[in-house]
Amino acid sequence: MLQIKDLHVSVGDKAILKGINLEIKPGEIHAIMGPNGSGKSTLSHILSGKSGYTVTGGSVTYQGKDLLDMAPEIRAREGVFLAFQYPVEIPGVSNIYLLKAALNSIRKHQGQSEVDAMDFLTLVKDKVRLLEMDEKFLYRAVNEGFSGGEKKRNEILQMAILEPKLCIMDETDSGLDIDALKIVSEGVNSLRSADRSFVMVTHYQRLLDYIKPDFVHVLAHGQIVKSGGAELALELEEKGYSWVEVDQAAA
Amino acid sequence: MSASAQEINNLISQDYKQGFVTELETDTFPPGLDEAVIHRLSKIKNEPEFMLEYRLKAFRHWQTMKSPEWAFVNFEPIDYQAISYYSAPKRKEDGPKSLDEIDPQILEAYKKLGIPLDEQERLAGVAVDAVFDSVSVATTFKGKLKDAGVIFCPISEALREHPDLIKQYLGSVVPHTDNYFAALNAAVFTDGSFVYIPKGVRCPMELSTYFRINAANTGQFERTLIIADEGSHVSYLEGCTAPMRDENQLHAAVVELVAMKDAVIKYSTVQNWYPGDKNGLGGIYNFVTKRADCRGENSKVSWTQVETGSAITWKYPSCVLTGDNSTGEFYSVALTNNYQQADTGTKMIHIGKNTSSTIISKGISAGRAQNTYRGLVKVLKSAENARNYTQCDSLLVGDKCGAHTFPYIEVKQPSAQVEHEATTSKISEDQLFFCQQRGLSAEDAVSMIVNGFCKEVFRELPMEFAVEAQALLGLSLEGSVG
Repeated sequence: MLQIKDLHVSVGDKAILKGINLEIKPGEIHAIMGPNGSGKSTLSHILSGKSGYTVTGGSVTYQGKDLLDMAPEIRAREGVFLAFQYPVEIPGVSNIYLLKAALNSIRKHQGQSEVDAMDFLTLVKDKVRLLEMDEKFLYRAVNEGFSGGEKKRNEILQMAILEPKLCIMDETDSGLDIDALKIVSEGVNSLRSADRSFVMVTHYQRLLDYIKPDFVHVLAHGQIVKSGGAELALELEEKGYSWVEVDQAAA
Repeated sequence: MSASAQEINNLISQDYKQGFVTELETDTFPPGLDEAVIHRLSKIKNEPEFMLEYRLKAFRHWQTMKSPEWAFVNFEPIDYQAISYYSAPKRKEDGPKSLDEIDPQILEAYKKLGIPLDEQERLAGVAVDAVFDSVSVATTFKGKLKDAGVIFCPISEALREHPDLIKQYLGSVVPHTDNYFAALNAAVFTDGSFVYIPKGVRCPMELSTYFRINAANTGQFERTLIIADEGSHVSYLEGCTAPMRDENQLHAAVVELVAMKDAVIKYSTVQNWYPGDKNGLGGIYNFVTKRADCRGENSKVSWTQVETGSAITWKYPSCVLTGDNSTGEFYSVALTNNYQQADTGTKMIHIGKNTSSTIISKGISAGRAQNTYRGLVKVLKSAENARNYTQCDSLLVGDKCGAHTFPYIEVKQPSAQVEHEATTSKISEDQLFFCQQRGLSAEDAVSMIVNGFCKEVFRELPMEFAVEAQALLGLSLEGSVG
């Protein structure tokens, strides 16, 4: 699904990622953890195509193609989805309009016909129920006046409808209370499948109580300093990030 | 990579689809303006004597006036002697009696614009008056309207056939002394639409006028007069396009609306005059005076405008709320791109008791364009319990454009309530990236965000035109992101 090889990324003159190597196979969930400033968000941004970063070395291959060469909308249409840490508001544009426009642009790219209005409504309503959202959200402007939890649930709703192959979740747990976290996690869990992979970028371990990762990677100073199974997250929670940082310094 | 600020500024390859020229034999006056030209104009139109006198009076007044300089627009002084004041497709003595007699080239031109004049092909329920340069070439559904008692015809025809109505109402809302361009228009106007809705009649269909400038070096001076008698109801729409030319062309129109007791007039404009090229060369100067008089009690006038064209727009559709309990509304979307300049807004003059007005203005500026909202809310001593609500929002696309707001509020009646809200926002890179990350191209994203911004105005437009307006916005923004 995704191979990251010796990826170096900088912002201006400042090197942020200094040689990331990561391989993600279909169906796998990888958690990327790390202290503030370790480069976690940069990694999710560079995968999804946000501007303002310079790749100074290495490669990212997605389904056999050079991901870094694609425009962000092409990545989206090819199945890369970023669940934003801070979802933006778009006044006057209803949620359902955005969803339909997005779904149709993806379908068109994949050689499918545009979705029929009735079928679309049925699809959307099913997903809304799944995420325990109020149908009224569909007709409100995108994220406008939404609470933090509602915005994150809205991201998962988009994910559920667009059915991406690679989901990148950027600090999805930030700003969520425990109930919202549960609902969001259940939504994500329901989307797990053998051909869909997840990259979960998170600062805290608590999200991983609800979404169990196959692998945990610890990012520090722009490099993956430790990788392991789900248990690594618990160990981190107990010992703190200084543990891996010291560990790395000692090595 | 997503569109950076720099790329957003990499404006603009505008695709103006209405920019074609129709090759025709025309009767065109040589450039220049003096009393002899006005005599000739009045004669060619076969006008009654009072009209000639009216024109000459206006012309003499115009000569004493100066071009206004207070608007936030920049242009070289116009040489009024270099403009031709009349251009019309050549035709037989009496003009075409039916569509069969109209030059097929003209029919073809309108068809290309999406306005087939053949009644069978027209959108059901919309009657069209087609004004080509200085003359009306066709008016559809006249028969059906006549059955309802509605008069819908070229104003040049109304001058001959309904002189009493013209004498009573022409210049009664916008006098020839009103302003520089209104005076010029009164002197040299050539055609436009005339509408009279009799007492208690609800006009059975939407009325519309499609203005087309075709000839080079001519000005278009259109004059529209709509009278809604007691208890009547009418919805009217105008559309405008012109060929792409490197020279600027002048369009100086006057529109007068009169609403009597309990009458309702809804006036919608989709203005898409040629805006000039991406370097600001050419385009129409759109200097227009539009005003409604809500003369009777409980009357209502609603202006809705979508302004995407013209090199310069100078236009303030206004309402004089004379009748008690009368209502004025102004909904506006003004989009400027490249080097376009717009100084537009409204005036709401409250005279009667319990009068109310609403102003919703959405200005969008892209490229190096300057977009100004200028509005006046004036409450006279007599206007007890007058109310006004104004909302004025500006959206910037890129960082080389400007948005300006000049609200004027004059209140002489202490019981009045006047509210003004204004916002300025920018399409952020985060919004663009978000939409792109969901699969939309940067251009579709900008178009969607702008349409969202304009929603409150679009919902005031008649259905078919709302769709057209949305498409037009998308087109006008083409190339506004890298």
